[in-house]
Amino acid sequence: MHAGRLTYVFLILATLVSMFPLYYTLVAASRSNADIARVPPVLWPGPNLLHNFQQALHQADIGKALLNSLIVSTSITVGTVLCSTLAGFAFAKLRFRGRNALLSFTVATMMIPPQLGVIPLFMIIAKLQWANQLQAVILPSLVSAFGVFFMRQYIAQSLPDELIEAARVDGASTSRIFWTIVVPVARPAMAVLGLLTFMTAWNDFFWPIIALSSQEPTVQVALRQLGGGYVHDQSVIMAGTLLGTLPVLVVFGLLGRQIVGGIMHGAVKG
Amino acid sequence: MTLTAPAPSAPARRAPRPAPARRFLRAVSPYSYLAPFFTLFAAFGLFPLIYTAYISFYRVELQTSGDKAWRGWGNYVAIFEDPFFWTALRNTFTLGALSTIPQLMLALGLAHLLNYRLRGRTFFRTVMLLPYATSVAAATLVFAQLFGHDFGLVNYVLSLFGISPVDWQTGTWTSQTAVSCIVIWRWTGYNALIFLAGMQSIPGDLYEAAEVDGASRWRQFFHVTLPGLRPTIVFAVIMSTIGATQLFGEPLLFEGSASGGISHQYQTLGLYMYEQGWSFFHLGRAAAIAWVMFLLILLLVGLNTLLARRRTAKETAR
Repeated sequence: MHAGRLTYVFLILATLVSMFPLYYTLVAASRSNADIARVPPVLWPGPNLLHNFQQALHQADIGKALLNSLIVSTSITVGTVLCSTLAGFAFAKLRFRGRNALLSFTVATMMIPPQLGVIPLFMIIAKLQWANQLQAVILPSLVSAFGVFFMRQYIAQSLPDELIEAARVDGASTSRIFWTIVVPVARPAMAVLGLLTFMTAWNDFFWPIIALSSQEPTVQVALRQLGGGYVHDQSVIMAGTLLGTLPVLVVFGLLGRQIVGGIMHGAVKG
Repeated sequence: MTLTAPAPSAPARRAPRPAPARRFLRAVSPYSYLAPFFTLFAAFGLFPLIYTAYISFYRVELQTSGDKAWRGWGNYVAIFEDPFFWTALRNTFTLGALSTIPQLMLALGLAHLLNYRLRGRTFFRTVMLLPYATSVAAATLVFAQLFGHDFGLVNYVLSLFGISPVDWQTGTWTSQTAVSCIVIWRWTGYNALIFLAGMQSIPGDLYEAAEVDGASRWRQFFHVTLPGLRPTIVFAVIMSTIGATQLFGEPLLFEGSASGGISHQYQTLGLYMYEQGWSFFHLGRAAAIAWVMFLLILLLVGLNTLLARRRTAKETAR
């Protein structure tokens, strides 16, 4: 069915609504506080962007926070993709006792809210004296039932059993099969899972504000400090917000199509 | 065909019978691929889950989390006697309804539009997902600005229509509406894509048949699209319900405190748990709240599934 003119009108409207808050972040981040408080409101960017960036970097140590976020998100992405691919491969192609039970169990845990485990997790972290250290945020996030499920579906569908049989007959060990056959075939799915994981890790808020403090924040933790302080310098808050959002927006701008495809693909199978 | 002419290399290619040690390795090796995931899962997923239940029966304070004193049902009694618990429970329901229902309706409409043959299809889909790529913290801080009382853009636009400034922070319904807007903004596009994926798996000849029968586009939507989309809708409803039950970042950052507004007017259960645990240091009580939340989710998911099943049963009976 072809789209009528009205369809485009509605879609453009939705596009504007989707983009406006981000655009407004840029407007407010590039203005002074006096500008933001003006009536009628200003709706186009001003000249103060760099100054406000500097202020934000200074006030909440956003520079360190950005670096921490990068370390955390990258480690989580690499670890999650690796663990998920290993387990996904085993669930899709290897035969062992308890396979179905373990898989259903894994999928069922996707329903459980992260809040439920936060208190003991906090106690574990305290006991290990990991509070305020980045591994406190990295290690618990390597567990992704969704990732395992996602990789299992992909490998089961796109890797024919015959290929693995043939490699076995030729005497290849399972680990060799994994690295030389499974990983190359699964690469597109690994990339999509990596993107989704990176975004989620970068944007994660709940656990980092519990496990980390203002001395060793991720960007989201630092944003909370900017927004929750007693001095409300709105343009600086918006500058910090923009700094914290930019990396994901860049990734999104470059690879948005793959991310969209990944979400739609995961949804059909889910 | 291989019966008459066996491939010459076949005998040589047959795998040699593995020695017992190797056979053992082969039987165990699948588990080694699961080990990284399940080790982490046991330590950081499963154990905390079960331990939360245990902790909820003890008095545990944040500063001395190693010391525990048996409290029995005391934590649960304390919560149920706290009026703010009931406020938070009610808010979780009203905020959940205010954010989930419009969000899913809008997503359904958007998905329907995106399902037409469109110019700039990829562009529209990607832009719809932009809010999802924005963090809770970033989104909430911008919306708090937009919903500001004196200089907020929303009140300015309303004033153009002669509506006097709305207090988006202190009123119960107004603040809940504002918080819901953040949730709706972030998740509508994501759900639209999930619905779109579901729509694309509905066979095209169903629409052709409907068109031959003279069904309007509107009727096609109700009689072909919606029934075909039922599993996807049930999935989205369940996921959004779970999400709504855990609402946390938006109410925390909307004005910056864990109480969810001066009179707790938009404090959710998630935020209430955080306040008890990390503002008041009652980890045991927070654990009890976590379990109440979990039971609530189980109840809601069960209810959803039951309703979905009954409707499907009715449909097939017709």
